[in-house]
Amino acid sequence: MELHDVWFVLIAVLWIGYFFLEGFDFGVGILTKLLARDRKERRVLINTIGPVWDGNEVWLLTAGGATFAAFPEWYATLFSGFYLPLLVILICLIIRGVAFEYRHKRTEDRWQTNWEHAIFWTSLLPAFLWGVAFANIARGVKIDREMEYVGDFWDLLNPYAILGGLVTLSLFTFHGTVFAALKTLGDIRMRARKLALGLGLVTAVLALGFLVWTQADKGDGTSLVAMIVAAVALVGAVGAVKIGREGWSFALSGVTIAAAVAMLFLTLFPNVMPSTLDPAWSLTVSNASSTPYTLKIMTWLAGIATPVVLLYQGWTYWVFRKRIGTQHIAADAH
Amino acid sequence: MDLALAPETLARWQFGITTVYHFLFVPLTISLAALVAGLQTAWVRTEKEKYLKATKFWGKLFLINIAMGVVTGILQEFQFGMNWSDYSRFVGDIFGAPLAFEALIAFFFESTFIGLWIFGWDKLPKKLHLATIWMVSIGTILSAYFILAANSWMQHPVGYRINEERGRAELTDFGAVLTQNTALAQMFHTLTAAFLVGGAFMAGIAAFHLARKKHVRVMKTSLRLGLVTVTISGLLTAVSGDVLGKIMFEQQPMKMAAAEALWDGEDSAPFSIFAYGDVAQGHNKVAIEIPGLLSFLAHNNFDEHVPGINDLNEEMQEEYGPGDYRPNIPVAYWGFRWMIGFGMASLGIGVLGLWLTRKKFLLPQSMRVGEDEVPHLVLFKKALSPKFTRWYWLVALWTMLFPLIANSWGWIFTEMGRQPWVVFGVLKTSAAVSPGVSQGEVITSLAVYTLLYAVLAVIEVKLIIKYVKAGPPELSEADLNPPTKIGGDDRDADRPMAFSY
Repeated sequence: MELHDVWFVLIAVLWIGYFFLEGFDFGVGILTKLLARDRKERRVLINTIGPVWDGNEVWLLTAGGATFAAFPEWYATLFSGFYLPLLVILICLIIRGVAFEYRHKRTEDRWQTNWEHAIFWTSLLPAFLWGVAFANIARGVKIDREMEYVGDFWDLLNPYAILGGLVTLSLFTFHGTVFAALKTLGDIRMRARKLALGLGLVTAVLALGFLVWTQADKGDGTSLVAMIVAAVALVGAVGAVKIGREGWSFALSGVTIAAAVAMLFLTLFPNVMPSTLDPAWSLTVSNASSTPYTLKIMTWLAGIATPVVLLYQGWTYWVFRKRIGTQHIAADAH
Repeated sequence: MDLALAPETLARWQFGITTVYHFLFVPLTISLAALVAGLQTAWVRTEKEKYLKATKFWGKLFLINIAMGVVTGILQEFQFGMNWSDYSRFVGDIFGAPLAFEALIAFFFESTFIGLWIFGWDKLPKKLHLATIWMVSIGTILSAYFILAANSWMQHPVGYRINEERGRAELTDFGAVLTQNTALAQMFHTLTAAFLVGGAFMAGIAAFHLARKKHVRVMKTSLRLGLVTVTISGLLTAVSGDVLGKIMFEQQPMKMAAAEALWDGEDSAPFSIFAYGDVAQGHNKVAIEIPGLLSFLAHNNFDEHVPGINDLNEEMQEEYGPGDYRPNIPVAYWGFRWMIGFGMASLGIGVLGLWLTRKKFLLPQSMRVGEDEVPHLVLFKKALSPKFTRWYWLVALWTMLFPLIANSWGWIFTEMGRQPWVVFGVLKTSAAVSPGVSQGEVITSLAVYTLLYAVLAVIEVKLIIKYVKAGPPELSEADLNPPTKIGGDDRDADRPMAFSY
């Protein structure tokens, strides 16, 4: 295994980390309209992710930065090629971060309502668009000999990609609902459990369709294993929430996300962005990667820093381990 | 294609707008994180309530500000790939690594510990909670270091070779990238300038309250901390600026010649106070100068030769082929002056304030005041008249904008002064844009970002004003009795959170 193969795996790990973590906080953002009945319940939901969403989002920045460093060509083709979807995602993430911080800073009803709308939409759109983006990466796009994306915006909205988007949207919402059940108290927790069952079924149907399509199109033995793991974990997650085992359910919905992303990466390898125009023009781990020297430095960095990050990020979750109910939300907006 | 709407021009405008905007929040974040951490340390050590109140007050403003800094920073991580894909392909092997270091080491630190600090008042024991804000501060400084190392490589590429076959630059010595003198000098200069921003911000807002005789105890402490910060960081900014300037005279003489509108090289070159010139003809029509000073700034020697724009342009044409290697001279010239002018003006007003509000030192007995009284502004032996006192507070308030203006112009100067290069001497800006991104796409994103940033600016400034006017909060029972256990005490399971979104 060469270093660029190692980095292919590490990039996959970073995206898994990102979708696992921000997946549930996107889901919780969507629940503010799907589950919460009033402002206090919305605030309960927002506060379950309050201390952690920002740290979760750094996984995206790290995935982006690491791709830049380890696979510059991949970074360049992907980001310039998927220009408009990424623009929408960035706008959403900008508004979303501000919305969490500013919503409670004024007491006027209009102000708070506007930011609440913002939280919902800026959670929903990226949750959908990330699926569109990754489905397109897996499926391949029009890349020319110069490694430039030559398709247009509408090429990205093909049926397979839209299905991919619906899968991430529903899967993240499900993941977020289970998280909400795990982190809240009282009535809202009970309703989250119930909602998770319904969402779990929808997700299962969509995800099965998408994964089978992927497997039929590009799969091999290892991707089949990943697919089976994803499917079993998803069924397990729904079953666990049904019998009230929220912790297990959350772990299993996380495994579903990890296995589904892993499956996409397995179907990719050794490509990183296949070309649909000519397979010879595909970006691969070798023609898109940095020099062994840079990869070696990056490997040292990842080897030392990642465990430390996991340690203190994990500790944060432990500090904020207590469940939250409406009684914990102070009447005063601050 | 019309040059004004060429993708290169649009992409440059986008980078300029989004980066200058981002950098309005960055220096304030860097400096306020450390200043708030300092105030909280004072609270933990002395248990004086004024320090806790100050921590909460400045902490709130810090959070309103860092939110904008964080979200506008996300864009930066993606912008290279989106608008500058050929740049990314060419330099990724080198430039990507410091960005990845920044994310994995600094961003995680900053973002994780800021969550702990915001929500941790009733979840962490006092000292541990204090540690989290220091972690945030360390995170902001590390972040600055890695991104400045990356930028310094664009200013002065080192530790690389060109791989002709792959058509890219490749890293050969990462240590050189991280430790070259450009990176260290930029770090020194950027950090000191950042503290100038935070110090002036603190002093200005404290002056606002003191002029109204409100929250005197907290604001007196804040004023002093702000003024001391302005004075120390202002002096160090001048020193670091001199160091960086000397390095630039060596590494990018064209930038410095442009900064002085020095068209033709001179022995004993003068420092320009004012110039108005003809760029096409390559000379100044009006020039007011201090003889010899530029030679001194460049080489510590009043007589040494400093090359001019016209000579350097010819030299570079010989080295790199035909073309115009001059940056936008008026922008470089005036940017350099606004940077120094606004920076040093804030230092002057800070030093003046420190003198006017001095305590026991050299202050006549009759002018000394109690802890809850607004200090007299004493020039020599007598207090300033009410009119001049009001004036000083007002000037101090508005001075808080000066270092921000200076910071912005500093970056505009150093980035535009490097043109036409994106990586000096290695890659031209015109060869760096994304070839596959259409004009329409760049126009769309430019319009959307500009509009969104404008709206957010209005929202953020209004919020800052609201919370500035509200003043420090009253302390609650819970504030004064922090938990002793990690995760919070179990005294009352249904107690509302100390802070919630």
